[in-house]
Amino acid sequence: MNAENRPILEVKGLKTHFHTKRGVSRAVDGIDFTLRKGETLGIVGESGCGKSMTSLSILRLIPSPPGKIAGGQILFKGKDLVSLSEDEMRKIRGNEISMIFQEPMTSLNPVIPVGEQIAEALRLHQKMSKKEARDKAVEMLKLVGIPSPEKRAKQEPFQLSGGMRQRVMIAMALACTPEVLIADEPTTALDVTIQAQILELIKDLQTKLGMGVIMITHDLGVVAETCDTVAVMYAGNIVEHAPTNKIFSDPRHPYTQGLIASLPKIHEDQDELKTIEGSVPSPYNMPLGCRFASRCPFKQPICHERQPELAAQPDGVKVRCWMYTSQWTEFQQQEAVK
Amino acid sequence: MQAQAEKKLLLQVENLKQYFPVKSDSLFKPKSYVKAVDDVSFHLFEGETLSIVGESGCGKSTTGRAILRLDEPTDGKVYYSGQNILDLNKKEMRKLRGDLQVIFQDPFASLNPRQTVKQILNEAMAIQEVVPKPKRMERMLELLGYVGLPPEALDRYPHEFSGGQRQRIGIARALAVNPKLIICDEAVSALDVSIQAQILNLLKKLQNQFQLTFLFISHDLSVVRHISDRVMVMYLGKVVEIAEKKALFDSPLHPYTKALLSSIPVPDPELKRERVILKGDVPSPINPPSGCRFHTRCPFATEKCNNEEPALRKLGENHFVSCHYADELAK
Repeated sequence: MNAENRPILEVKGLKTHFHTKRGVSRAVDGIDFTLRKGETLGIVGESGCGKSMTSLSILRLIPSPPGKIAGGQILFKGKDLVSLSEDEMRKIRGNEISMIFQEPMTSLNPVIPVGEQIAEALRLHQKMSKKEARDKAVEMLKLVGIPSPEKRAKQEPFQLSGGMRQRVMIAMALACTPEVLIADEPTTALDVTIQAQILELIKDLQTKLGMGVIMITHDLGVVAETCDTVAVMYAGNIVEHAPTNKIFSDPRHPYTQGLIASLPKIHEDQDELKTIEGSVPSPYNMPLGCRFASRCPFKQPICHERQPELAAQPDGVKVRCWMYTSQWTEFQQQEAVK
Repeated sequence: MQAQAEKKLLLQVENLKQYFPVKSDSLFKPKSYVKAVDDVSFHLFEGETLSIVGESGCGKSTTGRAILRLDEPTDGKVYYSGQNILDLNKKEMRKLRGDLQVIFQDPFASLNPRQTVKQILNEAMAIQEVVPKPKRMERMLELLGYVGLPPEALDRYPHEFSGGQRQRIGIARALAVNPKLIICDEAVSALDVSIQAQILNLLKKLQNQFQLTFLFISHDLSVVRHISDRVMVMYLGKVVEIAEKKALFDSPLHPYTKALLSSIPVPDPELKRERVILKGDVPSPINPPSGCRFHTRCPFATEKCNNEEPALRKLGENHFVSCHYADELAK
């Protein structure tokens, strides 16, 4: 990560809400982050924390209705994606910003040969001729490490294995050399030995092509191995954003600490795992104060009353917690007096 | 977990085979089979946790289902307290199922959505006739206490619970009939890490409390490391290695086990390790490779591996491996 690397994607105060019969679900509720060229940003969190909704919002793929981007900006090279028309958005999607989904079988067309599916994107975005696009598709399949790519290009998705389908997805996502690649749980459906291959491939291609990558995952192992910085999400908010080594060596937010402590360790034996008591608040009924407060071991009355800001620490780690504010000792003293 | 001397054999599996026929293209072609489990033998001591690990399609779940006779095995023997349970008739088997319980991956699919927790637990106890009717209410409350659910849960339906809580209901149901062996088939795989930790702790606690034996089937090696006493690694329907947990994780002998262990992403960015990345995919179990089934992906494969199937042999105490070159590679 070089200092001169300019940001290519800036998300500011993004809010994605779903209007349903049960009320308004605040799936993503005011998040900010910046992605630089060549950087890999990890977004981690447990189910329902809003990590996938964030990525779908960036590509404007939120099903609407009921979903709606309720506020904020998504600046891609200075352009606000939120205010673009559908036509303009289509030119960016799959061309300058691409996405890899978790389950390749549901995102590939089952009745079209995979080579043709890759070629389609090239003809649409790069205005290639049929022949050029076909050749480029085979070249892409080769790049992602599919053996005998000419033969495979003519096959349909069901004839490929899970790992190979995921490679096809990656080939398709990268065909137009995007500047931002969003990988939403790209290896969750794969076996570990195949996962290792795919992660290696993504890393490798990133260095070759210099893309910014957003890696969305629930697997902290994947984060540790691939990401430069990590944003931890909880109940629609980013609660901590820090360089990867800091997240693991010195987690600040009580949720991050709990998350890391609850992982079973592969290199040591433990008698009992640490757990986080309680469960995530309902997105329809978010608490007024800090969203983690009900499960937090350090909570003070202030935590239930007001939500803390995501604030930068002196060393650049951003954390959303009252404990790291200048008022914290005051709160504690007030409590002690009472 | 217990003293070496007093280990009692609970379950012994001998040459278990589970073949599933595949539709052939033509009437006259020989029928082909998916050899999901192909000649697997192992044993299980009372009170221990044996894990079966492997990638999808290696036959780990099929092994668990075959032991419970949820699928009727093609061949082999499964001895439970001295008798071959594959010889039992339906009635005898049903009786035995009280001893052998199972917890599945997706509690939502394995709990009846139209039954309240009370009905679910009641049914289990009624079938096995473990608790007389007047005492059942008391027993149900006791069970909920064991798995950490409030008494109010009794009158609620599965959909009203979160994933972790549903898994607790599944555990309570398994416990209801006083089992000896519980097969946990990917029991924590669908849960978020913080919830997964709660359930793993619960399983360990219950194991101590009731002297349960676990056959723990999982693809997640960190979880396996946490919960097991011994670990068995499978690849394409075969056992490739069985060892005590520590030996398997610290000094794996089979090249596949080594590759498997080194492919797991470790949540520690400081850790630098040598990585064995396997080439290619798992071959189809319909026509598995000749000789050693792993030879198509093995970095050390020779002509011998192509022709000759390695037997599971003993290398070190309680450490069994099926590789022609395991002793040389260990050096």
